Amino acid sequence: MAYTEDDLKKELETKEYEYGFYTDIESDTFPVGLNEDIVRAISEKKNEPEWMTEWRLEAFRVWEQMEEPEWANVNYEKPNFQDISYYSAPNKKPKYNSLDEVDPELLDTFKKLGISLDEQKKLAGVAVDIVMDSVSVATTFKETLAEKGIIFCSISEAIQEHPELVKKHIGTVVPQKDNFYAALNSAVFSDGSFCYIPKGVKCPMELSTYFRINQAGTGQFERTLVVADEGSYVSYLEGCTAPSRDENQLHAAVVELIALDDAEIKYSTVQNWYPGNSEGKGGVFNFVTKRGICEKNAKISWTQVETGSAVTWKYPSCVLKGDNSVGEFYSIAVTNNFQQADTGTKMIHLGKNTKSTIISKGISAGKSQNSYRGLVQINSRATNARNFSQCDSLLMGNECGAHTFPYIEAKNKTAQIEHEATTSKIGEDQIFYCNQRGIDTEKAIALIVNGFSKEVLNKLPMEFAVEAQKLLEISLEGSVG
Amino acid sequence: MELKEKLVSSFLAFENTVDVDAPVHDIRSQAIKVFEEKGFPTKKEEAWKYTSLNAILKHDYSIFPKEENALEFKDVKKYFLHDLDTYKIVFIDGKYSSHLSETTHDKIDVCLMSSALTHDKYKPVIDNYFNKVAQKDGLTSLNTAFSKEGAYIYIPKNKLADKPIQIIHFSTGKESLQLLQPRNLIVVEENSHVQIIERHQSLTSNPVLTNSVTEIFADKRAIVDYYKIQNDNETASLIDNTYIQQQAQSIASVHTFAFGGNITRNNLNFYQQGQGIDSILNGVTILEGKQHVDHNTLVHHTEPNCESHQDYKGIFDEKATGVFNGKIIVNKEAQKTNAFQSNNNILLSDKATINSKPQLEIFADDVKCSHGCTIGQLDEQALFYMRSRGIGEKEARALLMYAFANNVLESVKIPQLKQRINKLIANKLGVNIGFDL
Repeated sequence: MAYTEDDLKKELETKEYEYGFYTDIESDTFPVGLNEDIVRAISEKKNEPEWMTEWRLEAFRVWEQMEEPEWANVNYEKPNFQDISYYSAPNKKPKYNSLDEVDPELLDTFKKLGISLDEQKKLAGVAVDIVMDSVSVATTFKETLAEKGIIFCSISEAIQEHPELVKKHIGTVVPQKDNFYAALNSAVFSDGSFCYIPKGVKCPMELSTYFRINQAGTGQFERTLVVADEGSYVSYLEGCTAPSRDENQLHAAVVELIALDDAEIKYSTVQNWYPGNSEGKGGVFNFVTKRGICEKNAKISWTQVETGSAVTWKYPSCVLKGDNSVGEFYSIAVTNNFQQADTGTKMIHLGKNTKSTIISKGISAGKSQNSYRGLVQINSRATNARNFSQCDSLLMGNECGAHTFPYIEAKNKTAQIEHEATTSKIGEDQIFYCNQRGIDTEKAIALIVNGFSKEVLNKLPMEFAVEAQKLLEISLEGSVG
Repeated sequence: MELKEKLVSSFLAFENTVDVDAPVHDIRSQAIKVFEEKGFPTKKEEAWKYTSLNAILKHDYSIFPKEENALEFKDVKKYFLHDLDTYKIVFIDGKYSSHLSETTHDKIDVCLMSSALTHDKYKPVIDNYFNKVAQKDGLTSLNTAFSKEGAYIYIPKNKLADKPIQIIHFSTGKESLQLLQPRNLIVVEENSHVQIIERHQSLTSNPVLTNSVTEIFADKRAIVDYYKIQNDNETASLIDNTYIQQQAQSIASVHTFAFGGNITRNNLNFYQQGQGIDSILNGVTILEGKQHVDHNTLVHHTEPNCESHQDYKGIFDEKATGVFNGKIIVNKEAQKTNAFQSNNNILLSDKATINSKPQLEIFADDVKCSHGCTIGQLDEQALFYMRSRGIGEKEARALLMYAFANNVLESVKIPQLKQRINKLIANKLGVNIGFDL
């Protein structure tokens, strides 16, 4: 009997979140609510110097005055910020030298996620800084990196050990009062990663962090700071999955990238947090502020594959400050069931001869809403700036929506800007063509979606590309109507 | 805001001049309440992000036209398409000028809103259509509250308007600063066809603000061609709110030629309510000085098998600002929609600004929708090519710009109008060449 589209649809709907499980590890959790005392307590708990505490408090005071933004094309029940616990860390806070010492339950979690540390050590040459809830519990390959002078550690460690670097750079790209969620993050960020590449060093391996949201009812406030000194290169990977949970979990991360003269940063994300079940219940709220600044001849490239989260609100941006700097943004956003995504980028051209490329692919299925929102701004001094933007949307079924909100602002006559957007569905003729050649409908769809997203998938580092393709298939197979 | 309060308090005075027992007056009273609540839009609203009305709202406008100012045809002849036989509805400072107009009641009605609102003969049409498609935002409501005069055009079933209709608004400035609020209603019934040319012209250097609302209804298989010429002087501002409702298989096109004015805002809205509809929105904008033009368009597709085509070209020099904010909404029922939107711009100066925001909101899967937006310069090689063949730099530039705008001009269906616009473009670009080569 033929496998019909309806069957596929049914299968897809009933497909539970593959990575939905809950690790039972004791953790110490703060009482719910947010006030100055909590901010102080977080800072104290982490043994932070006075300037850091003050910096957090400053952010908290600004945040109190701010209102939650409403302009995004998403609807959700707003989280009650006084109903969240702002700190949780796994209770046993070990510094392992070998995997044997690691809590077996934690190892189990990794296994389900498909990240075997051993395997990764051997195969990928990836140093993994695993963020389990909020405190990093395992860091590998540190020694290899240390030889090159590369600092790759959790941000709390960096605050202790490299306060001068953190103090100099934190908040320079995303200031505390940048927006509601950035201010919140600045006040209560629990942990995150810090990375510094010294002058002229090419980082020999992909740096990678796996984020997990684990404790029920805890918000996750990651803070990432990547500084690439003059002439250096780094490729940074960020990937995440979260256990399935009924109440909404809030995630408000901040990522700051600083590419000094001639440096290059490549930042790749695969995001697969719990999107809620097929009725749209539960799921992660993902409100992220990501921004990078490029000095002379520097390059920042953002690549993202967004398949998870109930609500996504994310605009990785590039400030092209230095002359001849380059910004790139490659994105695939997939939404299914009741997911909502409002994502895109901002390219701010300030320097001369700056270039930016935006490739965004949105795929919506089920009853989801997928929006691209982007800004290309050419300032009056940015002579010979060049931008190319392409936003393609693929719709599957007629209950979902695809939206495009590009903002294009040009103030310089030498600017060259191109923007194009298309919306379409998978053609019956395309599927027929595949069927005719013995490829069943399910595979055909996977094939076509893969082709549709190829330009972005190609930009991902190898290991990520495989994972991303798998994610696309899981999220989409059979949703064609 | 001062002007707002003045307007709200003037409403009582306005009521003395109209029949308050007419059903239309209920609409007016409701509208003034909406305006009182919503007021003028500010830059905080997403749709007004790039256009601020503050500079033009601070003036102390006189709200009611007081006296009839006569104009001699020979003085204003150049603003008419005089080499073409047309119906004309002409207003001077908001008052109808019978002297300059040429109206008709022969088979079709080309006449005045003031008589349509008061005479029983027009009541069925007014009841059916007046204020039915206009939205309830602040500016439109303000116009609705004070709606009294404007053009009324009614083309019954199976009729062809035998010649184009010109609607011209003059402001003489004899009463110092003026706020004009014309209200037009155009109803085109099944299988009928009409061509309309609209123009606002200020004859004074005093500031003039026009807040115009036009409602157009195109019934089944009707064809409506609407041309807006916006070439006003630098003290005149225009807020043009046009709402078009289309039934099955109708074709409506609006061409906007924005060559002048202080601040010009075009709110152009198409609502499709049937299958097989085609909506066409074209525009050419050529600006310099400190002029500001904001094209804010909406095409709402609600039923299957419809099309929409938008093509806006802009050329901006000196400190001019251009805004394009185009929105296409495709409802989930509107399968097989083809919606296209294109916005191309040329910047000629470092002080000029373009803000473009082409938006798509799509809820149906089997559609073809695309938009494109470019900002660029004239091709240096093409310029060099022409100059090496003895064409002066200025002329070469003008030719390239003309070519850039040409495919919009090509779709103008009235030859005399096309010629007139060619001439306006030549003037605007400061060259003396005939473009109809």
